[in-house]
Amino acid sequence: MKKEIRFSGYGGQGIILMGNIAAKAAVLYDDKNAVYTPSYGPEARGGAASSNVIIADEEIDYPYVTDIDVLVAMSQLGYEHNAPLLKDNGVLIIDKDLVKLKNGVGKVAKIDATRIAEQLGKRIVANIVMLGFFTAVTKILSYDAIKKAVLESVPAKFKELNEIALEKGYKEGKK
Amino acid sequence: MKKIRFWSGDIAAAEGAIAAGCRFFAGYPITPASDIAEHMALRLPQENGIFIQMEDELASMAAILGASWGGAKVMTATSGPGFSLMQENIGLGAITETPCVVADVQRAGPSTGMPTLVGQGDVMQSRWGSHGDYETIVISPSSPQESFDLIIRAFNLAELYRVPVIFLMDECVAHMSERVVVPPKEKIEVVERLKPSMPPEQYMPFKPLNNIAPMAIAGMGYKIHVTGLTHNEKGYPQTTSTEVQEWMIRHICDKIRKNERKIRDIEEYEMDDAEIAVVSFGIAGRSAKAAVKIARKHGIKAGLIRLKTIWPFPEEYFENAADNIKKFIVAEINYGQVKLEVERSIHGKASVELLPKFGGAVHTPMEIYNKIKEAKNGN
Repeated sequence: MKKEIRFSGYGGQGIILMGNIAAKAAVLYDDKNAVYTPSYGPEARGGAASSNVIIADEEIDYPYVTDIDVLVAMSQLGYEHNAPLLKDNGVLIIDKDLVKLKNGVGKVAKIDATRIAEQLGKRIVANIVMLGFFTAVTKILSYDAIKKAVLESVPAKFKELNEIALEKGYKEGKK
Repeated sequence: MKKIRFWSGDIAAAEGAIAAGCRFFAGYPITPASDIAEHMALRLPQENGIFIQMEDELASMAAILGASWGGAKVMTATSGPGFSLMQENIGLGAITETPCVVADVQRAGPSTGMPTLVGQGDVMQSRWGSHGDYETIVISPSSPQESFDLIIRAFNLAELYRVPVIFLMDECVAHMSERVVVPPKEKIEVVERLKPSMPPEQYMPFKPLNNIAPMAIAGMGYKIHVTGLTHNEKGYPQTTSTEVQEWMIRHICDKIRKNERKIRDIEEYEMDDAEIAVVSFGIAGRSAKAAVKIARKHGIKAGLIRLKTIWPFPEEYFENAADNIKKFIVAEINYGQVKLEVERSIHGKASVELLPKFGGAVHTPMEIYNKIKEAKNGN
């Protein structure tokens, strides 16, 4: 098993953190190999942001994502820019309020992650809602692993909120 | 018990340094090395160590040399522009035989170049950056795991040979996060510098015993004189004696050159029957390994020589390897540096081709595989 995953959106959505948490979950709690590579640059806030994760049972030599198995798009630009790199049997996951699909090829899973986060009172946890959804849809990570990794990565006073956000997203993905 | 961590290369290097006994860090922040300093600022006080953010890189290098003579295991971390500024005092470290570790997290240069993107253009600088004749040891990790493991070795070699060791990382290895297995403390080999035990009146701070002179530290009761001038065994300046100059240069170079085999650390992959060898290091070494795997799937006898130590350059190793290799492909993120050394070492026994990347990006496995395929087809 080897999965190349790209999380994309715009700066401020916590896109970088999503990749970091997903890879951390794989390594620390699902006993898999994973590598996380951030993209740094002037686009850090406001512009395009992406983070890349490879999760595999085998040794990972080349650490960069080239042919995407799972594309998580939380912005129109992220979708348009990265969709051409999605494999034929790849999975596209979108925030349906933020991404308008151009053509309906391939598997698409949709969630209104940002709206759910707003209903929870904090728009900022949209990325965690999305991580829960991603976990349920792709089954690459166990729920237990992603939960532990999320709780370890967020400030103590927001643990409860993030746990609820994760669970919401996960349940949406199970539907 | 061993622990599993999820660390970036920078964090792993900082933790490895602490595991090796580093308790003094002086530095000046610069991308992509800043995470090392940031982590050291957090962690060293917890370990009763000292972290100082200096006014610049010249002072950072000076501070670690002083702290080393104060008895600490020391390091600094920087990137190309800062590494250039450190060269003067790296030379001071070489002539005063001061154990220290300098992490140079390479980004694309020259000058300020591409601050957030990868390069491997400091290979020659890491060896020749300061003036005069001297040797350094240069170690290059390919992963966060190796950033942890090999920086421990960097400290051990610095202590063992009383020499500045350059830990030559690159932006990709520094910023990527991966599994790092941290062995239990008692399983980590840590080398301490040789200290004098003779009566103070007999001690000479630069008189080698079996290759290396014991190093007194401040407060032990020994008299020392440490200078950047040419000095004799006592450490006294001898600025007009050609004999002392020759003795000193031979000593600071030969203590490394004559131990090249012991210092050498190379990963060989599929080299047993290889006819084409890809030579690489750091992040490029990972693409090279992937390329060799592709080549083997296509029945091409290709292998990988990945340098974990770059300097002293393993000339003898390459000369021997060239007996069985038709072509060396050197994949590095620069316009030809290790390639020159491979060429020099093999005395024309095989052909050598450079596969450069100019900075900002890493070779893809297919780029290297295509070069292997060309070599196989005799181009």
